[in-house]
Amino acid sequence: MMADSGPKEVAVIGNTELTSAELDNNIKNTMVEIEKGTSLLRKMEISVAEAEKRTGKNTVNMQEIYTVYLIETRPVDALTEGITPDSLWRRYSEFELLRNYLLVTYPFVVVAPLPEKRAEIVWHKLSADNMDPDFVERRRVGLENFLHRVASHPVLCNDNIFYIFLTEDKDWKEMVYETGFQAKADSRLKAVNAAFRVKNPDGRFTELKHYSDELQTVLSQLLRVRARVADRLYGVYKVHGNYGRVFSEWSAIEKEMGDGLQSAGHHMDAYAASVDDILEEEEHYADQLKEYLFYTDALRAVCRKHELTQFELEMVALDLACKKQQKEELVTGTVRTFSLKGMTSKLFGQETAEQREAKLQVLEQQLKEGEEAVKEKNTESDEFVKTAWVDIERFKDQKDRDLKEALISYAVMQISMCKKGIQVWTNAKECFNKM
Amino acid sequence: MFNASMPTSPGSMVNQCKFEEDEESDSKDIFITVDNPESHVTAIETFITYRVLTKTTRSEFDNSEYEVRRRYQDFLWLKGKLEDTHSTLIVHPLPEKFVVKGMVERFNGDFIETRRKALHKFLNRVADHPILSCSEDFKVFLSAQAWELTTYKKQGPGFLSRMGETVRAVANSVRGVKNRPEEFTAIQEYVEDFSNKIGSLDKVTQRIVKEQKEYLEELKEYGPTYTLWSGSEEELAEQLKGVAGCIERCCKETEEQVGHLSDTLVPVLHEYVLCAETLKAVLRRRDNIQAEFEAKNEALATKKVDRDAESSDLGFVWGSLLGKNPEEARHQRQERLDGEIEELKEEIDKLEDRVEWANNALKGDWGRWQRSMRGDLKSAFLSTAEKNVDYYEKYFIFIHTQITVSL
Repeated sequence: MMADSGPKEVAVIGNTELTSAELDNNIKNTMVEIEKGTSLLRKMEISVAEAEKRTGKNTVNMQEIYTVYLIETRPVDALTEGITPDSLWRRYSEFELLRNYLLVTYPFVVVAPLPEKRAEIVWHKLSADNMDPDFVERRRVGLENFLHRVASHPVLCNDNIFYIFLTEDKDWKEMVYETGFQAKADSRLKAVNAAFRVKNPDGRFTELKHYSDELQTVLSQLLRVRARVADRLYGVYKVHGNYGRVFSEWSAIEKEMGDGLQSAGHHMDAYAASVDDILEEEEHYADQLKEYLFYTDALRAVCRKHELTQFELEMVALDLACKKQQKEELVTGTVRTFSLKGMTSKLFGQETAEQREAKLQVLEQQLKEGEEAVKEKNTESDEFVKTAWVDIERFKDQKDRDLKEALISYAVMQISMCKKGIQVWTNAKECFNKM
Repeated sequence: MFNASMPTSPGSMVNQCKFEEDEESDSKDIFITVDNPESHVTAIETFITYRVLTKTTRSEFDNSEYEVRRRYQDFLWLKGKLEDTHSTLIVHPLPEKFVVKGMVERFNGDFIETRRKALHKFLNRVADHPILSCSEDFKVFLSAQAWELTTYKKQGPGFLSRMGETVRAVANSVRGVKNRPEEFTAIQEYVEDFSNKIGSLDKVTQRIVKEQKEYLEELKEYGPTYTLWSGSEEELAEQLKGVAGCIERCCKETEEQVGHLSDTLVPVLHEYVLCAETLKAVLRRRDNIQAEFEAKNEALATKKVDRDAESSDLGFVWGSLLGKNPEEARHQRQERLDGEIEELKEEIDKLEDRVEWANNALKGDWGRWQRSMRGDLKSAFLSTAEKNVDYYEKYFIFIHTQITVSL
């Protein structure tokens, strides 16, 4: 797709159709990178082993309680060199800093999301309190998952800041800031502006943006309804616990039915208690879906970066086209389009030959610079599209694999719930028979 | 004083035999169905009648088949008559006049069906009862045409005599029974406890139904989100639709299960809540009968004391005021008191029989009631447990198939 404005010869903008040769090439490159990087995870075992509460003073010098997480690393096996067992404590904000650094430094990568800062979509039993041990535990698992994602990413796993995050607890923050990544970050305003004004984004990115919006909407809805369903299921199971209590009391006044009632009551108690495990397992499934809900942000970030790059290219190309046009006008002396210059020359007469020559020279220089800029931006844009799309394909495969597995395990959870139900009610039936 | 070990009267002995005989009568000779509710609109009211169809080989019936239409009021009348005539027998409860919470509409389809089933059960329980099924009122209920029934209803103890009964009953219940036999106290304690437990079970079950229905509502929203999601996916579309299908199946099974609970367990528990009230009433009536007997005994004792006492000064003065000879006055007084004592003794004999009969009737019926209670509740809970196993099994098989097919 070409830019509309101005004459041809402007740089190629987006490339929506990769030839199959180019596709193959991309895949080969990715594979090479994987081997080159040799996913850090192959060499090093990473775990977020524990969580602890600490107290300290925050930035406004007030007492606060926060949680820290123990990151342990060790070599995968005895043969691995260069890795020594290590451990250090990090808090959530440090993970956030790491992630922001990665986002800025590798804008073409779909960077794995962090687990929730606050418990958002909960059902009633789970407390929305950040200090709640269940929440902290699930966050620990989420943070470990994040580290694994980064460590197994073909590009990210090679990052030094990441490596130091895992292995050095002193001065890590300073090192991150020293990279100057914050300066490289694109302002939100710039990105939004670009999103509105870009003329020819790569169609695939537009599609991807739509997809991530859709996925975000549907996953939010799904997670919300699931939480409500969990709530209701909890209610159903727990009320059966009342049967347990009443059967037990009733059995005390019955002679023939006493035994049957008593044991049936026990099974009702077991039934009511079983829902806790069932829902805990389901929470794990919900967390898997949540990760992909949060991934949509990362997808959109990549799309925005593309729009920005593309927009910048378009601006530079437009500028070049303008300059060329100006040169033409100057050379031929014709005024094609309305301009103030044209008006003034009509009013005040033409310029002198020297003036024209001077102007021409300036323009020539600008044209040369402009062409350089366009070439640069073009390369940048191409590079970006290429590398981003490789990572997006990687992400898509990962997503399909992970979610397929999650869905299957969800179905297996349902089966397990059925088996438990069959067992409890068959037992209860036996007891009722004895009544 | 009433003594539990008094010899039984011939009448009560016969009844006891009957109870033992009719344990498991497979020779059922009367079949009743209640069906076909119809709405009737008149100028003053709208009401529902039910068809009562009877097939019987019993000799006291002229025909072998009867078809009549009866309304709820008629059932109420029958129950009242049965309780009046056999005050210490346990009559199966009728469904309530109105259901306060849940269904307010008297003409709501579900309400009518639930009521029809309960009325059907009521008549069949009466038919199964060895004594109640012989009742003349029962026979008339089953066989008389509408206008015949109206006429028959008008007969029977008048308003005043019924008032008298009520007043007596109230008076006796205020007085209270003094020497209730241990076994009836035990029964009363049991009934108290049972009433509590069955009431709790009723509430718990209704709560379960409510929670299940709310669960179902959420499930109905849940499944479609997977279908919606599948629209955005390529590789995952099959699996997502598979999950949506599973959830849909879960909805279907849950709906069935809730229906079963509402049809099978809820009505039975509710019936026994009403039964508990019936039992309390029966025990009260038994107590009243004994109280009346005790009261008369006390009156007798007082009269005897009166007669055997020396004439009081007051009596002597009274007699002399009337110009009577003190000797004559005393003699007349003695004679009068003797007569009254004889009358009292006769009444007491009758009351004693009555107490005897009431106690035996209750004792016999009590065993019978316990057996049907156990049978009814056992079968209701069994059915519920079976249905729940069925629910999980069906859902299990469905998911299993889905996993192999699309997931």
